[in-house]
Amino acid sequence: MTTYAVERWTRSGRVTVGAAAGVLLVLALLPTLATGLVIDKLTTLFIYILLAVMWNLLAGYAGLVSVGQQAFFGVGGYLALRLVDAGMTPYLALIVGAVGAGLVAIPISTFALRLKGGEFAIAMWVIAEVLRIVVMFDPLVQGETGTSLLALNAFDPDLRRNLTYWLGLGALALMLSATMWLLRSRIGAAAQAIRDDEEAAASIGIDVMRVKQIIFVLAAFGCALAGTIWLASAITFLPRTNFGVQWTVFMLFMVLVGGLKTFEGPIIGAIIFFLLQEVFGDLGVWYLTGLGVIAVGFALYLPDGLWGTWRQRTGIDLLSGGVMLKNPVTVKRAT
Amino acid sequence: MLDALIQGILLGGYYAILAAGLSLMFGVVRFINLAHGDLAIYGAYLVLFAVEVLGLSPWVAVASVVPVMALLGWLLQATLFARTIKGGFLLPLLTTFGLGAVLQNGMFGLFGSDTKSLGNHIGNLSWASWQLPVGISVGQLPVITFAVAVAVLGSLQLVLSFSKLGRAIRATSSDPEAAELSGIDARAVHRAAAAIAVALAGLAGAFLAMRALINPYAGPTQLIFAFEAVVIGGIGSLWGTLVGGIVLGVAQSFGATISAQGFQLAGHLVFLGVLGGRLYLAHSRNLGGWRGVLGMPALPLKSATQLKKVTSEGRS
Repeated sequence: MTTYAVERWTRSGRVTVGAAAGVLLVLALLPTLATGLVIDKLTTLFIYILLAVMWNLLAGYAGLVSVGQQAFFGVGGYLALRLVDAGMTPYLALIVGAVGAGLVAIPISTFALRLKGGEFAIAMWVIAEVLRIVVMFDPLVQGETGTSLLALNAFDPDLRRNLTYWLGLGALALMLSATMWLLRSRIGAAAQAIRDDEEAAASIGIDVMRVKQIIFVLAAFGCALAGTIWLASAITFLPRTNFGVQWTVFMLFMVLVGGLKTFEGPIIGAIIFFLLQEVFGDLGVWYLTGLGVIAVGFALYLPDGLWGTWRQRTGIDLLSGGVMLKNPVTVKRAT
Repeated sequence: MLDALIQGILLGGYYAILAAGLSLMFGVVRFINLAHGDLAIYGAYLVLFAVEVLGLSPWVAVASVVPVMALLGWLLQATLFARTIKGGFLLPLLTTFGLGAVLQNGMFGLFGSDTKSLGNHIGNLSWASWQLPVGISVGQLPVITFAVAVAVLGSLQLVLSFSKLGRAIRATSSDPEAAELSGIDARAVHRAAAAIAVALAGLAGAFLAMRALINPYAGPTQLIFAFEAVVIGGIGSLWGTLVGGIVLGVAQSFGATISAQGFQLAGHLVFLGVLGGRLYLAHSRNLGGWRGVLGMPALPLKSATQLKKVTSEGRS
């Protein structure tokens, strides 16, 4: 019998992580050099990447297509507002609010995760709508009018911008590492097994509900973090915007264009989405129509997205989610 | 109170027309068309266009838009949906969601952001009502909508039960491969089902525009309502969509008497309640009823003991 050595880190994987650490360091130091405009734009980009990675974690790796992730985006922001109103320091409230939204996701998960496919997708949407309506009953939010995180005005504008930027960068780095770690753990392998065949996964002893729950709550927390950072950069909280289904449309676009079921794809998709918005955003509705057309086109003709297709054509994989089985004679790859 | 009940029941007629198409697509082509609500709004804008620009009378406009919508459904199935249903359940959801975004923003670009209504083109029908003996008045338009819903579901039932197409649809929805083996072109059946579904969406949209104000982004809400009606009434059941529509309509109508937001909230809560109840029933059935849920041993079956008694008495 041959014993294989299990190798998780490919050479390209090590190089990529090293490069990512370098990029992180440069980005962390950037506020000392760049103008306020650049910092604001980059904060938005971080939010997009975070949303895309979280949606891909749900849909791509666990097969949970949710049209209701705006629920956590909105609830995170709302809880942060409530905490600030109760006297908490704004930046702490942004993080605690996101944790709160993650807790809200636990009871929702026990219900929603028992639904299948399209039912799950639309039930999540309905849940997001219910949460929006409930939040609008709160006098603090003032119904349709919305409210603002005025406590942030106590900070100097430049400091506020940089703090929000660092928070966004930190949240992104944290969630990317957590996702990477999770996907390489048993849970990640189990989630992909469930995605491909739920009954087969259950039959080999995977606790389907528990694995789905972990991924669902983590994705909810990530979306909520994006929501609170968005609140910090936009200041205003409008229930129809913060709980808007357009967030899910954006997530879907970024993941579909970049590449579903890949780790790098959503990041690339988010950068493309960000650039498209910078260039064509002024076109308004025709820009949004174009996004829809591109999304449908990718779904029809390039369902693996840009990165997925590139990986298939070239075999180049920066961050492998699988493992290498090595023995002295053969090198076999399994995913 | 009685007034809200009657209004809710009549509102159910509109939901039945809207939901029947969604249910048909789900039952036959086996995917949820997330653009269904947007297609309904698109149908409404086509009717508005026919009335305001082409100068047709409203009912003629509705009658001519329905076949156009059927053609659109046929084309969508032939070009878009047929390609996506091969890729599992994920791609149809993504594609139709994207299509919805295209329709919403495209309509915004073409027709503008103004809310519009057919209400001022149909004379006094939008507010006229009939007086019932007990002092209740019912709106004429809701009654007509409800009657059309019953007629639509009835004729759909006739088509499904007695026509060649109906047999093909039923065969395809219960087992597509076996149907193909029996010489049915499942893809043609899918196109026919999509044509009917989108035509019904357009008809529902026209009725919505007569009763209320619409705007290009009104579709997703209508999709949610249609889906709720389908789930409450039971997926894959034709008359179930009417029952589901009525339950949803009554819940919304009572919710609206409490607060303006209550209209949507009550409907959503009934939907989630029905889903939860269904999940609970399936769960407890797996574990042997409520005794299973509580971890109690199952009782011996009553009928079995009685049967034993009878046989033992017979022997003695």
